[in-house]
Amino acid sequence: MAAATQDMVVRTGAVTRTLIYVVLLLFALFYLLPLVVMLVNSVKPLAEITGGNMIAFPDVWTLEPWRKAWSEAQVGVQATGLKPYFWNSIKMVVPAVTISTILGALNGYVLTKWRFRGDTVLFGLMLFACFIPFQIVLIPMARVLGIFGLAGTTWGLVVVHVVYGIGFTTLYYRNYYAAFPSELVRAAQIDGASFFQIFWRILLPSSGPITVVSIIWQFTNIWNDFLFGASFADFSSQPMTVALNNLVQSSTGVKEYNVHFAGAILAALPTLLVYIVAGRYFVRGLMAGSVKG
Amino acid sequence: MTITAKLTMRDRLQVWLPKLVLSPSLALTLVFVYGFILFTAYLSFTDSRILPSYGWVGWENYVKLFSLRHWEVAVTNMAVFAVLYMAICTAIGLMLAILLDQKIRGEGILRPIYLYPMALSFIVSGTAWKWMLDPGIGLENTMHALGWVNFQFDWIKNRDFAIYTVVLAAVWQTSGFVMAMFLAGLRGIDNDILKAAQIDGASNWNLYRRICIPLLRPAFLSAFVILAHLAIKTYDLVIALTGGGPGRATELPATFMYSYTFTRNQMGIGAASATIMLMTIAAIMIPYLYSELRERR
Amino acid sequence: MAFLEIRNATKSYGSVEVLHDIDIAIEEGEFLVLVGPSGCGKSTLLNMIAGLEEITSGEIRIKDIVMNNVHPSKRNIAMVFQSYALYPNMTVAQNITFGLEMHGIPKPKREKALHEVAALLQIEGLLDRKPGQLSGGQRQRVAMGRALVRNPDVFLFDEPLSNLDAKLRVDMRTEIKKLHQNLGTTIVYVTHDQIEALTLSTRIAVMNNGHVQQLGTSQEIYDRPANLFVATFMGSPAMNLIPVTLAADGGKLLARTAADSPTVSLALPDLMRPALEKFIDQSVILGVRPEALTDVDGADQRAPHLERFSSLVLLSEPAGSDTYVTTRIGGVECTARMRADARVTAQASTDFVINMDRVVFFDPATEVRIA
Repeated sequence: MAAATQDMVVRTGAVTRTLIYVVLLLFALFYLLPLVVMLVNSVKPLAEITGGNMIAFPDVWTLEPWRKAWSEAQVGVQATGLKPYFWNSIKMVVPAVTISTILGALNGYVLTKWRFRGDTVLFGLMLFACFIPFQIVLIPMARVLGIFGLAGTTWGLVVVHVVYGIGFTTLYYRNYYAAFPSELVRAAQIDGASFFQIFWRILLPSSGPITVVSIIWQFTNIWNDFLFGASFADFSSQPMTVALNNLVQSSTGVKEYNVHFAGAILAALPTLLVYIVAGRYFVRGLMAGSVKG
Repeated sequence: MTITAKLTMRDRLQVWLPKLVLSPSLALTLVFVYGFILFTAYLSFTDSRILPSYGWVGWENYVKLFSLRHWEVAVTNMAVFAVLYMAICTAIGLMLAILLDQKIRGEGILRPIYLYPMALSFIVSGTAWKWMLDPGIGLENTMHALGWVNFQFDWIKNRDFAIYTVVLAAVWQTSGFVMAMFLAGLRGIDNDILKAAQIDGASNWNLYRRICIPLLRPAFLSAFVILAHLAIKTYDLVIALTGGGPGRATELPATFMYSYTFTRNQMGIGAASATIMLMTIAAIMIPYLYSELRERR
Repeated sequence: MAFLEIRNATKSYGSVEVLHDIDIAIEEGEFLVLVGPSGCGKSTLLNMIAGLEEITSGEIRIKDIVMNNVHPSKRNIAMVFQSYALYPNMTVAQNITFGLEMHGIPKPKREKALHEVAALLQIEGLLDRKPGQLSGGQRQRVAMGRALVRNPDVFLFDEPLSNLDAKLRVDMRTEIKKLHQNLGTTIVYVTHDQIEALTLSTRIAVMNNGHVQQLGTSQEIYDRPANLFVATFMGSPAMNLIPVTLAADGGKLLARTAADSPTVSLALPDLMRPALEKFIDQSVILGVRPEALTDVDGADQRAPHLERFSSLVLLSEPAGSDTYVTTRIGGVECTARMRADARVTAQASTDFVINMDRVVFFDPATEVRIA
């Protein structure tokens, strides 16, 4: 986000100012409440939740719900906890993010530094792909994954996420490289650098920030995906989000709210961590995805 | 004597390399996006049930679709949800952005707090809100425990109000993002313009109403486009929060499509509904992308 | 066979032709300056020589080899860019030797070349720095070093001085001139600054609207501009252009200004007569450089054809070495360049002298010089 604050002082009275702070703090409370509630109730015994106050701190602190959510809870048929699904997500996210980012970087490079007739149209086609309702591709995708033997596999999901992530990564790199001086590319051409040498030696060393943006965005999006996971994965490859939903929606037995909350936090943890560590880049990615300027 | 330099193989390759590098991505997009769209659109004119089938039935699926009470509910819900969600997100986002723009101490802490829900999966936030709003253990129960015995908040269980809980959770998740967009817009306004307006004697209210908000037009447009496409795609949140219920009270086109295609084995109708969803988004996105990409030429 | 030849080269973007039939040939060791207003096509032409832009039709040859389809790196050219285009992630040394590395030249040789060039440009102390740590003038030197180290057939300069401040620009201009004299390299240099063009070049191509308006030495371009565009574009203050009518008065040919008080009548040297014969009794445009329009004492006394008249001084601007005086002749404001100590007062009449040997004439219809 823009670091520059307006140096103009908007003069406001003390009463108005207090009011502003009150409103801002109330909203902060509103945004924090669900997270706090989840955290607080994930370390409570179940009896305390059903019996009483959702916001109160636990009388008895326990990490049992976390342990249960991670390795014991009934997710689907087996009582494996969320652990295997967590790893499924990791195994899906890492290659999908890597491949889509590499492709996006190369596409952005070609679309800005090796322009040709009709390149904007091609980019438009790729970009529009980011915004389609994915329902439109579910049926044929299921067929195609089946034909290639990728149905129900992690690699199938990787393919799906790469295909529908390229538009965004290309957008990031294209906008970033558009601001990269073309004279440098020309100079390198005269110096005799080849297509890949120019990319590798000239552009890539300056691409750190946008690569972070691209990786974070892709990581968050793919980790948080539910639709593709629910549609194309089986028990051996279901990602964390699908497993969490199964855990929460399972209709058998007593609802263990505390375990559900612990599970929800486990599912949120990776993206939340990324947000806390590199929030600045996360916001840049969001902005680039909306205000393309 | 004239020597014409010949193109070496390497030179020839260099000429084609850019297009060669772009082609895998392009091929993937053409097949997996546009090919699939055409395939689904085609299926919507066939008698496909549990599996794709190629018997041409013309507009029958669309006729059926629009006579289904279920679809009517989903579309009505969509309209209610989209209008409220977009309006409230924009209002809250703009308000928070303007308030944060008043040289607020602790902006650096507040901003990430407003924005963090955007990093969460809709499944996570749906789960959180599901229990928060559950009268049995959530807010209502808490109020009762605190001694406010008459407090009632059971929208999530109420057919007439459940859709508003979806709005609530969705607003919670994305309004911070809208705030960030507006804040970036405000920070991007040339300071000299604001100074000039102040010297002209504009009050704070007028400063925002007459100068800043009109200048935020691009941010409004982007917010509208992003929110509209998020609204139409909303699926995970409903699944996690209400599962489309109670009854069909929170069915949306996205959940409709999924259940007709994969659980009710009415693939033709499912494909028709997906096509309608695509058309709706395309009607918003194509003019937007067209104008964005045109300007940059 | 010239060293660098541009034959009937055109450039089109879609259906729009931006360069029309360019024909330029230069010899080894020449310093050709392409000068013109922005959008005249000079940078496009330079990029075509470099191979960064395709040639729509025609040919570009270096050492008699057609370069149309040759990759930029194989034309044995080097280029200095307006923004210098130094690779931001590399040190100065890496920047200079990158081209050699790409051409597969072994490291010891690269090092040797690097140090020769660094010594020549006096940038030995900067070799380990990144471009971001350099001043504008230093970047300029590094950019030249990167070009020099390749020892190319032709150097291409794309407005290399326009990002420098005024003082540095003059210094670097001198330096480039020295470099050219010492190394005898062939240079094609693009600028929009006519002073740079006049001072640096062995020959100038003045361009406008995708055409070469005139190709010639500084002297030719300055003294005998081919048309009104060249006349006004080159030289500062610009050439005075006065509408006059030619009249034959016995054996003499006279140029008379239109009804402006007082009408000035100037006798032309006999040498001009043949060229102007067919314009007698017609309106033409008389062009005179400010230094050929001066005060009586400042005029070149050896000049054989001095014409004297008096006119009202509108404005006097002392500029240190000279004084620029504005007056009205034939209904247009003209600038005269006088000695610094010329005694003139505004709003008073004073005597002016025109050196008629340095006067040129243009046809107002075609804008082409006729004498």
